[in-house]
Amino acid sequence: MEILAFFEKILNALPGACSQGLIWGVMAIGLFITYRILDVADLTVDGSFATGGAVCVMFLLNGHNVWFSIFMAFIAGLVAGAVTGLLHTFMGIPAILAGILTQLGLYSVNLKIMGKANQAVNVNKTDLLVSLRWVRDFAINNPIIMVSVIIAVLIAILYWFFGTEMGCGIRATGANLNMSRAQGINTNFNKVIGIMLSNALVAVSGALLSQYQGFADVNMGRGAIVIGLAAVIIGEAIFGKIFKNFALRLLSVALGAVIYYIVVQTVISMGLDANLLKLLSACIVAIFLAVPHWKKQIAAKKVGKINSNPNGGAENA
Amino acid sequence: MLEVKGVFKTFNPGTINEKRALNGINLTLNEGDFVTVIGGNGAGKSTLLNMVAGVYPVDCGTIKIDGIDVTRLAEYKRAKYLGRVFQDPMNGTAANMQIDENLALANRRGTFRSLKPGITKKERESYKELLKTLDLGLETRLTSKVGLLSGGQRQALTLLMATLKKPKLLLLDEHTAALDPKTAAKVLEITEDIVSKNNLTTIMITHNMTDAIKTGNRLIMMNNGRIVFDVSGEEKKNLTTADLLQKFKMSTGHELDNDRMFLSE
Ligand SMILES: Nc1ncnc2c1ncn2[C@@H]1O[C@H](COP(=O)(O)OP(=O)(O)OP(=O)(O)O)[C@@H](O)[C@H]1O
Ligand SMILES: [Mg+2]
Repeated sequence: MEILAFFEKILNALPGACSQGLIWGVMAIGLFITYRILDVADLTVDGSFATGGAVCVMFLLNGHNVWFSIFMAFIAGLVAGAVTGLLHTFMGIPAILAGILTQLGLYSVNLKIMGKANQAVNVNKTDLLVSLRWVRDFAINNPIIMVSVIIAVLIAILYWFFGTEMGCGIRATGANLNMSRAQGINTNFNKVIGIMLSNALVAVSGALLSQYQGFADVNMGRGAIVIGLAAVIIGEAIFGKIFKNFALRLLSVALGAVIYYIVVQTVISMGLDANLLKLLSACIVAIFLAVPHWKKQIAAKKVGKINSNPNGGAENA
Repeated sequence: MLEVKGVFKTFNPGTINEKRALNGINLTLNEGDFVTVIGGNGAGKSTLLNMVAGVYPVDCGTIKIDGIDVTRLAEYKRAKYLGRVFQDPMNGTAANMQIDENLALANRRGTFRSLKPGITKKERESYKELLKTLDLGLETRLTSKVGLLSGGQRQALTLLMATLKKPKLLLLDEHTAALDPKTAAKVLEITEDIVSKNNLTTIMITHNMTDAIKTGNRLIMMNNGRIVFDVSGEEKKNLTTADLLQKFKMSTGHELDNDRMFLSE
């Protein structure tokens, strides 16, 4: 009986977990652009996620249309990304540090945007795009359907963009800086564009979450980078072997976020102290990040035994 | 085609690691010149090419390519005029992008990268034809990731990329040094083929004296950041490695010392 009750609990939590997972999936796709395509670890996202939420909620409270409010969150994300990008390229600050600086600054900016630590929007008074109220509705306004559609459109746009001359230039910048410059690619410009685009998507994700939960909070982005990384890593670990196409890789990252949230809900249903959640996430991501490193070391040892010529093995990327 | 005048370069000036890498370089290349460069370890050969390519700024002096002063031009802007192949095969291509995508990147060197398609169907067809000329079987692997290719295949591909849009100057920095002798010979053959077909002005650094003598129409020898020997034409053709070693000793007072050079003989 107890097992049945447990499963019922999980099943009940499933729509909510899927919705939240999909919303964070938008964030994870943004993170994928910096972390995987540009090969930059961008910590701005913890700040720009909350900025997206704050900007969206404030525009909604001022009576603006929900699409316009999300668009303004997108713009705010672009600006936040531009700051980090310029700190990194124009001022020569290492990318991680540049992201931390922007993130810290954004905390104050977010407080100023909202005027206080959090602001609520009422789903009854404001026309929202997504809300946890509707997770059980069989209609287009169900957040699962709505956010899925948004993700599909985003993936289509990104697929197109990274196939253009500019998009290919950004991919090349992340792949090989030397080669890119030798082929006349403005690597600094591309880094800034990539970081901007990434943070814009992160801000849109924050805008969606603030609507979904009915409020924006200065702390809503805390640890966002770890959740995003977890989504990227889980998505790649599970779908990496079958999803090779770029669009499918983006999809796998979004699905990674959904799986992450389902796992989190399950773990909470099993009675884990919710306060330990961030510690657990950090540990999981740390282990997943270590695995490729360990694999390489083991492989290197094997190669070393077979063949002691250092030029013998071709590196496969 | 290339005019280097009074170029000096010191790395880490004012520190204990201070190193004067270029010590007043003057070099003029005529259109169609194919110059080979030899010299000991740390002679400044790579630094010279890096200065021309704009990897680091010069301390003083000027660099002109085809009459255009590029001394203060950013590396990526200068790339418009230059084709480059590096010593490390990993360096010249993007490993996690496809062969055709790499070529398409190179095909847009010197143009603004807009929101037009990064590669077109027509391009793919032309790349297939181009890869056939390498005779390495790459024409059937257009959509393979470059990371899967061997070092020699990658260098050959980098050569194609460097010359896809005809450069005013081709810079080769020991581009065969990381390859086994047979592959190195093949890549050198491809190099000579591409250079003569397109009549490219070329600078090729090599540690192989035999290659340096038999390739190109001019040879320069560097030591301590200076050009110590410069021959061309008939005189160059009749050189032997013994002559070169002798010349080196005469102009510098010590034996030529390059750890890779003797391995190659
Ligand atoms: N980025 C750099 N920073 C500091 N010192 C450098 C740098 N690049 C080159 N040098 C130094 O400048 C000198 C000339 O180096 P360079 O690479 O041009 O030599 P080279 O002639 O290409 O030698 P090799 O045959 O070993 O490739 C060397 O002493 C080297 O240590
Ligand atoms: Mg060198």
